[in-house]
Amino acid sequence: MTVTVYVPCDTTALAMGANAVADALQQAANAKGVDIKLVRNGSRGLFWLEPLVEVETPGGRVAYGPVEPTDVDSLVGAGLFEGKADHPLAQGLTDEIPYLKKQQRLTFSRIGLTDPLSIDDYRAHRGFAGLEKALNMDGQAIVDAVKDSGLRGRGGAAFPTGIKWQTVHDEPEGQKYIVCNADEGDSGTFADRLVMECDPYMLIEGMTIAGLAVGANQGYIYLRSEYPVAQRIFNDALQRAYDAGYLGRDIRGSGKDFDLEVRLGAGAYICGEETSLLDSLEGKRGMVRAKPPLPAIKGLFGLPTVVNNVLSLAAVPYILDQGAQAYADYGMGRSRGTLPMQLAGNVKRGGLVELAFGITLRELMEDFGGGTLSGRPLKAVQVGGPLGAYLPESQWDAPIDYEAFAEFGGVVGHGGVVMFDDTVDMGEQARFAMEFCSVESCGKCTPCRIGAVRGVEVIDRIRAGENAEANLTLLTDLCETMVDGSLCAMGGMTPFPVQSVMKHFPNDLTRQKA
Amino acid sequence: MSHAGPQPVHDWTPELIQQTVDAHKDMPGAMLPILHAIQDRFGYIPEAAVPIIAESLRHTRAEVHGIISFYHHFRTRPSGSHVVHVCRAEACQAVGARQLEAHVKDRLGVDYHQTSRDNEFTLEPVYCLGNCACGPSIRVDDDIHGRMNADKFDRLVDSLTTTAVEVK
Repeated sequence: MTVTVYVPCDTTALAMGANAVADALQQAANAKGVDIKLVRNGSRGLFWLEPLVEVETPGGRVAYGPVEPTDVDSLVGAGLFEGKADHPLAQGLTDEIPYLKKQQRLTFSRIGLTDPLSIDDYRAHRGFAGLEKALNMDGQAIVDAVKDSGLRGRGGAAFPTGIKWQTVHDEPEGQKYIVCNADEGDSGTFADRLVMECDPYMLIEGMTIAGLAVGANQGYIYLRSEYPVAQRIFNDALQRAYDAGYLGRDIRGSGKDFDLEVRLGAGAYICGEETSLLDSLEGKRGMVRAKPPLPAIKGLFGLPTVVNNVLSLAAVPYILDQGAQAYADYGMGRSRGTLPMQLAGNVKRGGLVELAFGITLRELMEDFGGGTLSGRPLKAVQVGGPLGAYLPESQWDAPIDYEAFAEFGGVVGHGGVVMFDDTVDMGEQARFAMEFCSVESCGKCTPCRIGAVRGVEVIDRIRAGENAEANLTLLTDLCETMVDGSLCAMGGMTPFPVQSVMKHFPNDLTRQKA
Repeated sequence: MSHAGPQPVHDWTPELIQQTVDAHKDMPGAMLPILHAIQDRFGYIPEAAVPIIAESLRHTRAEVHGIISFYHHFRTRPSGSHVVHVCRAEACQAVGARQLEAHVKDRLGVDYHQTSRDNEFTLEPVYCLGNCACGPSIRVDDDIHGRMNADKFDRLVDSLTTTAVEVK
């Protein structure tokens, strides 16, 4: 009898040695004379258990992790190929692992279950069901479904996706574009990467539906060059989708066309800003454009363009398949549906947690994350990437919701949660925020280009004890100038982490370095 | 586990550069695909490529130079045999990236954007590799490594620099 064994193939599993584990398992099976079928599945997103090896049993998949190549002999000796659980690394049935069981995975329902490149696997798990429906709908009906779902841009700005689509839909017929922003540059985020590595057809399906909705026949995915694994897997999936008739001319005999191409970024954080991304796609320096005109009206090559984040487009197949209401039934207030959150940094159980909006940060960090990796007390958490504020303990009980976070100056952003223990020097973090901006600013507007450089200098003076009080006043002014005067979120939000350190961790800032 | 080898480097000639440009120049927004193709093929973007690209895309040389220098990924000098990227972003900072960074610089004897004397390693900073739950992370050529520390790094460097010596 053939035993099916799963070893994930995403970046994190590979970074933790999954290929060596897969090799060791195959060798052990050969040595024992066990016939195994080794499937390189996507990751389940339980990263503290990677590489997470799973074995198919009549009762379901049984998990073992984190497995190192040197563990394989003892695991096989303890009956891994029979799914036996008598081993310290045995995690029981994968579906019963509380971290996974307590989630509400709508977008990420398939990750880790399937071989990311298998179209058969994808179809067996409701893949392309949304597209089949969309092929029989008119554009307006698709736009209406997305509007009714309440989906808002998951890249960070939280603009209603359906309204953006409506604007492009209403532009006169002609060349229009769908652009997917896969320039996932925020530290602490990896959900876009997981989509592209673990369930690539979902993004292809979402973009195709967007094309049908607004009348666009060409899509581009702007992928960051820091994701070589995503690039490899996604391009492979793209070719297979073409071969199977899900892309190109006359999709599945519908008479409708949609072409899709991956374009690689080149290591510029600013290109995650949508207008900068468009300039980069056009072959220019990634300089931010003034708005208006909106990209929906004058976008790529000056033509109407939908620019959406990976997660926004990835949510669309579910909405079309299960209905707008099914999606809108999750969430709170004006934040509908689920948010794929990413637990990162100094965390015991890091990974992907997809839940309806409304869970508190504390529940997320403690119940799911299990506290810090170091075991030391948690001191601060940065939500929403490098432009997000550092939140002190007094703010951990707010529900994760766009509006609730905005009330206290927090940013949900792309859902990244980076935890820090009490050894962190928050003054150093404030300095880094300015330093990062000075490295990554596109240079178009003065507050960002010059402000970031001055910001580093002023913080250095404060930390050296030079005229601290006067320099703190200067820093306050500088932050306000950047917030009010910058053209885009890069300069406009870089002060958020700095201001939060000034407000909540002032001693760290003024304490002189030893 | 097999490591992705050093970047494939072929010696450039003006003809080969022109050929690479011609293969991509008709794409909409061809500039970045051309720059990637040149760097992938020759290991870097030689100065001599600038006028060829400018001529082919009907840009000025200044524009082409401005684009190359805008993006951190593009390099205008050859790299060492391996390119090491150390993640400097917050999630890795929270688990010791600053100490790791200091160790890496010390071990390789270089600062960022420099190549070691033996021409084995070029060191670059990177702001996030998307491995944020298992940091600190580094990238060596196209392989990402998680939970990196000083010992693991030293072993990795040793394994990459160990070459079989032929005894005659």
